[in-house]
This record gives sequence, structure tokens and C-alpha cells, in this order.
Amino acid sequence: MNEYVIETDNLTKRFKQVTAVDGLDLRIRRGEIFGLLGPDGAGKTTTIRVLCAIMEPTEGSVRVAGFDTVRESEEIKKRIGYMPQQFSLYGDLTVLENLIFFADIFGVERGEREKRIARLLEFARMTKFKKRRAAHLSGGMQKKLALACTLIHQPQILFLDEPTTGVDPVSRREFWDILTELHLQGVTLFVSTPYMDEAERCSRVGLMFEGGLIICDAPERIKSLVEGDLLELRPDRLREAARAIGGLPGVLEVQTYGDLLHVFVDDAQRRIQTIQEVLSEAGISVRGLRQTRPRMEEAFISLIRKRIEGR
Amino acid sequence: MIARTITVARKELLHIVRDRRTMAVMFLIPIVQLFLLGYAATTDIEHLRTTVLDGDRTPQSRELIEAYRASNYFDIVAYVADEDELARMMDRGTVWAGLIIPAGYGADVVSGQTASVAFVIDGSDPNVANAVFAASQQVGQAQSMRIIERRLGISPDEMTALEVRSRVWYNPEMKSVNFMIPGLIAMILFTITIMLTSLAIVREREQGTIEQLMVTPIRPIELVVGKVTPYIAVAFFNVLEVLAIGVYWFGVPIHGSLGLLMALAAVFLMTSLGIGIFISSVTNTQQEAMLTVWMMLLPSIFLAGFFFPLEAMPKFLQAISYFIPLRYMLVIIRGIILKGVGIGPLADQVVPLLLFGVSILIFAATRFRKRLE
Ligand SMILES: Nc1ncnc2c1ncn2[C@@H]1O[C@H](COP(=O)(O)OP(=O)(O)OP(=O)(O)O)[C@@H](O)[C@H]1O
Ligand SMILES: [Mg+2]
Repeated sequence: MNEYVIETDNLTKRFKQVTAVDGLDLRIRRGEIFGLLGPDGAGKTTTIRVLCAIMEPTEGSVRVAGFDTVRESEEIKKRIGYMPQQFSLYGDLTVLENLIFFADIFGVERGEREKRIARLLEFARMTKFKKRRAAHLSGGMQKKLALACTLIHQPQILFLDEPTTGVDPVSRREFWDILTELHLQGVTLFVSTPYMDEAERCSRVGLMFEGGLIICDAPERIKSLVEGDLLELRPDRLREAARAIGGLPGVLEVQTYGDLLHVFVDDAQRRIQTIQEVLSEAGISVRGLRQTRPRMEEAFISLIRKRIEGR
Repeated sequence: MIARTITVARKELLHIVRDRRTMAVMFLIPIVQLFLLGYAATTDIEHLRTTVLDGDRTPQSRELIEAYRASNYFDIVAYVADEDELARMMDRGTVWAGLIIPAGYGADVVSGQTASVAFVIDGSDPNVANAVFAASQQVGQAQSMRIIERRLGISPDEMTALEVRSRVWYNPEMKSVNFMIPGLIAMILFTITIMLTSLAIVREREQGTIEQLMVTPIRPIELVVGKVTPYIAVAFFNVLEVLAIGVYWFGVPIHGSLGLLMALAAVFLMTSLGIGIFISSVTNTQQEAMLTVWMMLLPSIFLAGFFFPLEAMPKFLQAISYFIPLRYMLVIIRGIILKGVGIGPLADQVVPLLLFGVSILIFAATRFRKRLE
């Protein structure tokens, strides 16, 4: 018995002009919540499509639930659920009709079908809306309906492609609560997202960039990889402040976040003084200069920047 | 297998019922097409707008004008004084024909000489011109007989040495609507099914729902059959719809068996469904599919002999026409409705149609893959 439920060797997918996925090696264990993070066009959707056996890799081999995605695709489809990035249900059908359709396509038996649908509607907190046309649901509810439809045949592995993109923060949180519940029920989850904060809720995270994995590890380990200490400050003239701090000795990296500056330094205690001095000389007033723990976001930006500079 | 096909068909039916516009298109278009073409695509001439230049003004010339008017082919809408005015009216298209009676016509008739008149025809549309030409000759001949009769004092029967008695079979009144309606039924069946099936399948691709279907255990054949089933029902309804109007409104008689007609229509349906499925498997958007449908529809309608007889076409076009399923169906449906023939005389048409249908359908269905490009 193989302990990995998803296994790729040198997974590569080329389209006419672009190489969307470039030599990906992934090993994912049963019961993980795996987060695939990456900016637009990193190759997340392509990777998931190949894993779901609806797209053939150009090179490499892929096994999901112990089956080869090219030769045994239909076996895989019985065991997985896939929620595409775009809304892919029937807008002119009601919530209930969509659920019934997918239940029947998967051959769920009549009595069982009604029970499961009732349970899923409850689980997704959508019972009230079951008579509503899918096109008339809010973005967040459409995502929940899509999730419910992919769960109708009780898959062991669930692939979710940016399930929370375009969803308000409250619904995002609710969606992740539902995912966590599924995780506790033993479902293996493979989730792609452009939101770095969502990575914190994964057991392991892969950072994808230009078709390759930059890093793949537990969130805590990734955060600890970031070199130096992180200082956060809110200057009144952001760009000038960033320029002034950028060249100072001991400053490793400067990132901007809205009206905040994040500065990586080799030693916070030693450098905090200099930074304050330089800024006041330049006539820039600063509020709230303090040391913080790096989040996933800073870690990833830092890693991607190093990758780009390393070329 | 069957269960999933039914599931897909039921879902497709919901789409149809929920989309009022498609519903309207499906049930109204055939009727509109039938009325438009049933009335417009006719080469029967009646009440053709005609002008007269009577340079003679005698009882004889008036009798000739009356003969033309009484024939029902021509409506005398204007009298003109000279040829320039006649030419102007022809130019503007206010009249299709002009009768010119020169001065001295009456005198020639009375004196027993050969009288002559001119008949001008707008030849822009050769089909109409041919019919007008024949009608003008026919009226003239009849009037000529009448003059001779009077001159010699004998009845026309006594002057005839040879008489050719033509009998027109199948469509004795030679009404072009009788010829058009059966063809129209075939054409409507052809267009509606190709259009609807190609759109229905390509819509899943355009809306991205195909991606969700691909990760289910559904088999391509179940999807395709399930999706087109409701449209087969629609197509048969359209056939009955058009037939009913043809019979009760246009008075087209059906001489053959309705059952046979339906059975062969089903065979024909396989070909247009196959083409529709094929189009939807090579296009990505509904717009692309629609364009492709139109691009193949027009040539097939012409090459199948819908408007013009195949025999009149150049040889290489005739050769191409063998690859157009509509060609066979036109012969079949005209045969059954107009001639009342059974399956026997139609075997030459049915066999290629069946071969076509089965192979296109299989080819199209197997081209459908559960993979994204
Ligand atoms: N079917 C296709 N044909 C050609 N190129 C494609 C196709 N699908 C994706 N690509 C290209 O492959 C690259 C990776 O695309 P992919 O959709 O996998 O990225 P992504 O990480 O999902 O991005 P996004 O955040 O925009 O969804 C992009 O450059 C994209 O343009
Ligand atoms: Mg994507």
C-alpha cells in the first residue's frame, strides 16, 4: 500500500508557446490539506487539471489514488472531486436540480441521494436556497454549491482550484471552516489559492512560480526560512522612505503593503536606531515602528524575489 | 448507461424549457420559413403588373388587350402614350411587362394579313421571364386562333392535324408550392437539428460546464446521446408542424405513407445530428459553431437541388452533391409526398443516406473526448 495519494514525477505540460508546468515533483499523503500557492499564470490550474485526469501531461508520470492519470483516468474520477476555478454548474438550474443532476451522473441511489443532498445542503448552510436558480446566487454561495456538488459521491480526494477567489472575507472564512471540517472527516484536500494567508490553514504548502515549485513544506518551516528580523513601520511618505532605507547597511529587503513598509534586517536591535535617524533627517515622520513575526506573505515575496534576482 | 443518458436528456429539457428565446426559435422558425418560402419561392406567375402602349385604338386592339387581361396572368396597370414612357416604367420596376400594339394592327387583322405586336419582358429574373414569355405566347396564340376562326368560319378542331395531349403527373396543377413544401420540410429538419445540436454541446464548452462533466464517470456517448435526444423530439414535432401547415394551409396533398416518411426522416436525422455533433466538437464558442453551420448550410441547400434541379448543374458540382445528405432526402420526401411511392423505388436514396448517417454519427461521437486541450 502506497502512502502517497498524489504522486508526480517530472510533471511537465507545454502548450504551443508556453510551458505551463515545468518538471513538477509532488508527493502528497492521505489526509493532508495541501495548498498550492502562486501568482496568476503560475500554472496552478494546469497542474490541477492534469491531476484530475482531464488533461494529459506532455512529460512525466502522475498517479492519483494509486492510478495512472493517463491510462486509468476513469478509476480516478470515481474517487476524486474537482471544483474548477470558474463557476461550472448550470446557472439556469436550481440548487437542488444541480445537486440531483450530479448525484444521478455518479449513480447515487434514490433513497441515498435524498439523504446526501439534505446533509450537504445543511453542511453548506444552503437549505434555504435550494429552490433558487444557481445563476442568482451570490459568488460565495455559488462556490459552496459547487463544493456540495463535488462532494455528492463522497470522494477521497478533493481538488479545489481557487475556491475563494472573488468571495468576500466573511464567506472566505466560512468556506475554510467547511474545508477544515472535511479534513477532519479524513478527506485529502488539494487547494490552490493566490491568497497567502490561506496557506496558514494548510498542513503543507507548495509555492509555485512560472511552472515550478520554489518551495514545498509546512507553513511554520517556510516562515522560519526567512532570513533576518522583520520591522514594520508606517511612514507618511512611503516611496521616499523605502528608497531611503533600501541602501542602508544591514537592510536585506524592503516590501510595501498598502501604507506599511516591511523591512528585513540582519539584526533588529542594532538597525532600528539607524532607520529612525535616517528617516527623521529626510523629514519623514514615522508612526509605529516595531518588530513583528514574518507571515507567510513576507516569506513568499522574499522567496520569489530571490528567485528572480538569482537569475 | 441508460440511466445517465436519461439524466442528461432531462437536464437538457430543463435548459430548453427555461430558455424562452430558444423555445420560440425552435417552434416559430420553421413556420416562418415555411410561409416565407412557400409564398416567395414560387415561379408561378399571376397578376403580373403590365403596361400597354395602344398605338392602334381599334376594337381589334381592345379585344387583344382584353384577352391578355382575362388570362389572369397579367394585370393591366397603366396605359402609356409612347415607348419612352414604357421604358421608364420598366426601368423603375413598376411593371414587369409591356404590350406594344402598333398603329395599323386592327386594319391588318381585318384585311387578313399577318398582324404583329411586341411584348416586352423584364428579364432580370430568368425564371420569371421564362414564365412570362410562355404566358405571353400562349395568350397570343389563342387570340390568333380566334381571328382565324372568324376569318374562315370554321372551328379550331377542324384545322388540327396533330394534337399533342400532355398530361402532367404527380403535380397536375403544376403548383410550385406543391414542389416547395416537401423540400422545405427536409430543409427545415436539416437546419434546425444541425443548429440546435451543435449549439447545445458547444454551450457546455463555452460556459465551462464541460470541465465539471469531464471529472464524472459519464461516457462521451451517454453525454452526446442524452444531449441530442430532446432535439430529436423537437425535430419530429417540427416535421409534423410543417406538414400540417403544408396540407391544411397550402393544400399540398400527401400521396404516400406518413409512417414511411417519418421512418426515413429518422434516418435523415442521424446525418444532421452527426454533422451537428461534429461541428460542436471542432468549435469552442456558440458563435464559431453558428458560423460553421451557416458556412456549410448554404452550399448544401444549393448543391442538394433544393432550388435548382441537379441535372442543370456542371458535372463536378453534381459529383459533390453525392456527399450532401440533403440531396437524398429531397428525392425521398418529394417521392413520398408528391408521387406516393413506397420504399422500393427509394432504395437508391435510402441506402446511401443510412450509410452516411451511421458513419457520421459514429465518427462524430468518437471524436468527443473527455480531455481538455
Ligand atoms: N489551454 C491553454 N492553452 C494555452 N496556454 C494555456 C492554456 N491554459 C493555460 N495556459 C497558459 O499556461 C500558463 C499557466 O496557466 P494556469 O491557468 O495553469 O495558471 P494559474 O496559476 O491557474 O493562473 P490563474 O491565477 O490566472 O488562474 C499561463 O501562461 C497560461 O496562459
Ligand atoms: Mg488558475
